[in-house]
Amino acid sequence: MMLYLRLFYEFFKTGLFAVGGGMATIPFLYNMADATGWFTRNDVANMIAVGESTPGPIGVNMATYVGYVTGGNIGGLPFAILGAVVATVGLVTPSIIVILIIASFLKSFRENRLVENAFYGLRPASTGLIAAAGISVVMANLFYLENLELGFGLSLFNWKGWLLAIVLWVLTNKVKQTKGLHPILFILASAVVGIVWGM
Amino acid sequence: MSNLVDLFVTFAKVGVMTFGGGYAMLPILQREVVDSKGWATEEELMDYFAIGQCTPGIIAVNTATFIGQKQRGTLGGILSTLGVVFPSLVIISLLAGVITVFSHLAWVQHAFGGIRVCVCILILNAVIKLLKKAVLDVPTAVIFLAVTLGSYFTPLSPVIFVLLAAVAGIVLKNVGVGK
Repeated sequence: MMLYLRLFYEFFKTGLFAVGGGMATIPFLYNMADATGWFTRNDVANMIAVGESTPGPIGVNMATYVGYVTGGNIGGLPFAILGAVVATVGLVTPSIIVILIIASFLKSFRENRLVENAFYGLRPASTGLIAAAGISVVMANLFYLENLELGFGLSLFNWKGWLLAIVLWVLTNKVKQTKGLHPILFILASAVVGIVWGM
Repeated sequence: MSNLVDLFVTFAKVGVMTFGGGYAMLPILQREVVDSKGWATEEELMDYFAIGQCTPGIIAVNTATFIGQKQRGTLGGILSTLGVVFPSLVIISLLAGVITVFSHLAWVQHAFGGIRVCVCILILNAVIKLLKKAVLDVPTAVIFLAVTLGSYFTPLSPVIFVLLAAVAGIVLKNVGVGK
């Protein structure tokens, strides 16, 4: 019971403070991993991939996934499904409340000076939070920091990972034929590369 | 009553057809909500989207709440939102079970090793796209850098950064800094 309350509270907080859509929930998931120990930072990267590769808004998918896994840790399937529902409802509750309030004075909200000014600061901050989460994913997957005690050198780098990352960056940004393709295709291709290369 | 069911079903359909959320769902909303149901005009949809972006929460959920509220009040808003998240609940629950069972297999771990590299690039691309809209001048660049470093190197909750940044935005604008 306590676990479900905590789950609801953590995702309510995420829904209330994650500004700007799905990716903005990632920093909150990292914070949750550190604070609750429900899952690891590596799990978060897996959740992002699952959230991107399945139908539905990515933020909702990640909440459902976390809730399912966390609930599943204390019992069987019913506990897991209850966890998924609690986390998802927690995530959307602040949205419902805030939007229902705003809907009653729609126009004045958009033109409100105070709101507009706050967003001048909020947008770069939200981007910064996602960037910091990105650095964490890079550090965990493209470097072997556990080899640091062996000294600096080649053993610190995940060379296969860097090679794949560079190819993916070029394909998603530079090659005209591939850069508009859906992320799910790159995720699937990376899974195949991971299996073949034993990453 | 039938209208409430219709809201739930239509938004469940939108949820199933959206991959990734955010702007990915705009064309689907245009087809389902504007063209097929006539629940909102193109302009209204853009307004909801803009507000959905600058209010807390998932944009897809915010937009669904707006449209549902306009059709059938509070209950309509709630049912539309439940509709949008319903497919995720079903699909992810099925998938999470499967992943949990197979996650100890070596080849599944290798697959996720490759996938996490891809996630690095997906986040990088998202950040670059957001930077163009968020960093407009020196003060916003400073906020971006400060939050990136602060969030990476300290264990502070993102909530703190969000609140501080909102205050900073209001203060900076009031002293006449920035565009």
